[in-house]
Amino acid sequence: MTFYLLLATALFLMALYGVFASRHLLRRILALNVMSTAVFLWLVTVARAAPGLDPVPHAMVLTGIVVTVSTTAVAVVLVVRLRASHRRHDLP
Amino acid sequence: MIPDLFQIGPSLLFVAPLFAAIAAFVRPRAGAGIYLVSAGLITVASLALVLMVGTLGAWRMDLGGWVPPLGIGWQVDGLSVAMLLLTALVMGGAGVYRVAEGDAGHSPLFWPLWLFLWGGLNALFLSADLFNLYVTLELVSLAAVALIAMGGRTALVPAWRYFIATLLGSTVFLMGVALLYGQHGSLDMRLLQGALGPAAIELLASLLITLGLLLKGAVFPLHFWLPAAHGRAPSAVSAALSGVVVTAAFYLMVRLWFGPFSPMLTPALALALGAMGAMGILWGGVMALLQRRLKMLIAYSTVSQLGYVLLVFPLVASGILAAQAWHGAVVLILTHGFAKAALFLSAGVLIRSLGHDRIDRLKGPGQGPALAWLAFALGAVSLVGLPPSGGFMAKWWLLQSALAAGAWHWALVILAGSLLTAVYLFRVLGGPTAGAMTPSSDHSTRAMGFTALILALAAWIPGFVPIPLTGALADTWGMP
Repeated sequence: MTFYLLLATALFLMALYGVFASRHLLRRILALNVMSTAVFLWLVTVARAAPGLDPVPHAMVLTGIVVTVSTTAVAVVLVVRLRASHRRHDLP
Repeated sequence: MIPDLFQIGPSLLFVAPLFAAIAAFVRPRAGAGIYLVSAGLITVASLALVLMVGTLGAWRMDLGGWVPPLGIGWQVDGLSVAMLLLTALVMGGAGVYRVAEGDAGHSPLFWPLWLFLWGGLNALFLSADLFNLYVTLELVSLAAVALIAMGGRTALVPAWRYFIATLLGSTVFLMGVALLYGQHGSLDMRLLQGALGPAAIELLASLLITLGLLLKGAVFPLHFWLPAAHGRAPSAVSAALSGVVVTAAFYLMVRLWFGPFSPMLTPALALALGAMGAMGILWGGVMALLQRRLKMLIAYSTVSQLGYVLLVFPLVASGILAAQAWHGAVVLILTHGFAKAALFLSAGVLIRSLGHDRIDRLKGPGQGPALAWLAFALGAVSLVGLPPSGGFMAKWWLLQSALAAGAWHWALVILAGSLLTAVYLFRVLGGPTAGAMTPSSDHSTRAMGFTALILALAAWIPGFVPIPLTGALADTWGMP
């Protein structure tokens, strides 16, 4: 239980660093994905710790996955557009 | 059946734009027509909700009959309907402007995205569930990013920066929500009300949620993404972004810190939020003064004006004339939204008729369509806060509260900010007013100018009708 919460926190902080430190656009998208995965891990751990079975965090994680897929799709389209018009795949 | 109306009205505000968006996606040629019909419907529904809350009082609804903590609750109260009114007028007005602009260079995806944005905003202002709020924030962000990217090649990098900033904000917000859920097993704002205490983990959760919102609201020093994104987007989109989308973050901050988070609003925290607002007012004002392009000037002015909203935290925390400060902040959000939309739309008309927006070559209101300059001037006067405009009422209330509490530093910031606003806006208006002022040449420019003028006039209403919303606003849950 504590192990998974610590793991989620560590993943969250590493991803936060990644968003600011990386210059490559795809790496930034991946960092944001890892960040939302860390939040999902936190939520699933909370659901496990609840007495009985708590369905709400599962619904939240499922919705969150759908949202993340959509945001990633938009991000990738933007990267493709940027690559086509500016001939670059990194931005400060 | 009157009770049904309480359920159908709010649901319509989300369902109608959603279905219209799908229809506009399937039939791109009929996009403008679908938009006009649905916009009329949504605007009528928003006005009906304002009237209902004003006369019958606030109410809550449980979506699908599921009661929290398992279901999702919406609240329809004074603050919600005030924001719905702002959304309806700005999204409706800017959309009509886009219709008048014509189809040239117009992506078929504009109307679906525009309607998604409107639906997302309506749901955001109604929702009382923290996770539901996260989903609506994402819906709004994604539509906004795509709309900015329609500004062409130069808008791609600002769209990307906005995307990263807003997505980071949402994820940090969601982490805060997850922490709160782990502590209390509830996401409903009313259930969390009174349940939160000054424990360390709850403070961390509320700070994470606030950090996400500060990033989305472009509060100094996290404002770096806003000027380029709002300055490069198509003018109708800029109006919606500056008028409504950014203010959604401020709405949530006010809602949360005067609602469930209120036990944690210590004087030090209120002071920190107020200080960020004050820095934003001054920094945004100075940067606006230094801009060479009109739309960039207006965009920096957003950073400056919305700083005023954060002054509400130290002013209410001081406890003297708290309701005055609270009303001032809400009316400021409304009048700023109307005036800012009017400014961006009239800048769009000027760009269309003059072909550029370089301030040194605009040479004041002696050039270009008179209607656009009139709208610009009326919006500018309200933004500065000169009587008897609506912006004056907002800033006057904030100032009264600051003076009554003896907080001279906040009073000084309020006045300095207004002075800066006056200087940078009258720099644009200061040119020769007589000369080759052209009446609008064609129908579409005239219609575009008219929508800007109507929005500018909306910003003046609170100055004449003694706050039509007072009745409704007083009925807000969690108001000081």
